[in-house]
Amino acid sequence: MQLRVKLFALARQLAGSDSVVVSVAAPATVRDVRRELGESCPALRGLLPRMMFAVDSEFADESRPVTEASELACIPPVSGGQGER
Amino acid sequence: MIAITRDTIDHAALTERVRSAAAGAVVTFLGTVREFTGERRTTCMEYEAYVEMAESKMREIEAEARSRWPITHVALVHRIGRLELGDVSVAIAVSCPHRGQAFDACRHLIDRVKEVVPIWKCEHRSSGETEWVHPGLDASPASAPAGKA
Repeated sequence: MQLRVKLFALARQLAGSDSVVVSVAAPATVRDVRRELGESCPALRGLLPRMMFAVDSEFADESRPVTEASELACIPPVSGGQGER
Repeated sequence: MIAITRDTIDHAALTERVRSAAAGAVVTFLGTVREFTGERRTTCMEYEAYVEMAESKMREIEAEARSRWPITHVALVHRIGRLELGDVSVAIAVSCPHRGQAFDACRHLIDRVKEVVPIWKCEHRSSGETEWVHPGLDASPASAPAGKA
């Protein structure tokens, strides 16, 4: 199945696009999406280990199932997450 | 009240909005665009959001705070787009019966916003470089100024 992944901030800048389509075999999980994103968009490979993923606007762990109906997003670390208090 | 906006945040109106006869304390926090971070000089800041998720997370954070403190009213607004030095990027106004509750709730709200709401900032520097601020991310190379790559 073809899944569209939204990209933001540095990930969007490096990919040169605000989304990327990846192909994964069903059934699939966030882990598959992360791997295929690196395959289809080599510019993101260095960042991917530090990216979170969201499925339908919720942070999702690696085992979270994804379907063609899922809204997927790659979430870079947010601005003030640490060390800025 | 939760909002993400491209417009100037009217923080006085936001503070006014949460005032109530039921509350004895109002605390408003403003996050503003800072010029210096150590030696680095910022010229302007660009904010980007995953809007649907950011709004959903902000609603969750509001609910979380309401479950911990007796909040009378709360207003939470984040601005996105290009902001100049000193501009207000985020404003949180909270009213509670007592001041300790209002301070604690407001502090909690801004800390949680910074931790879990998908909004990012890109620093534009006096050197001409731009850099997305992604704490903990080593591989975030500053892009070279145009023409000097």
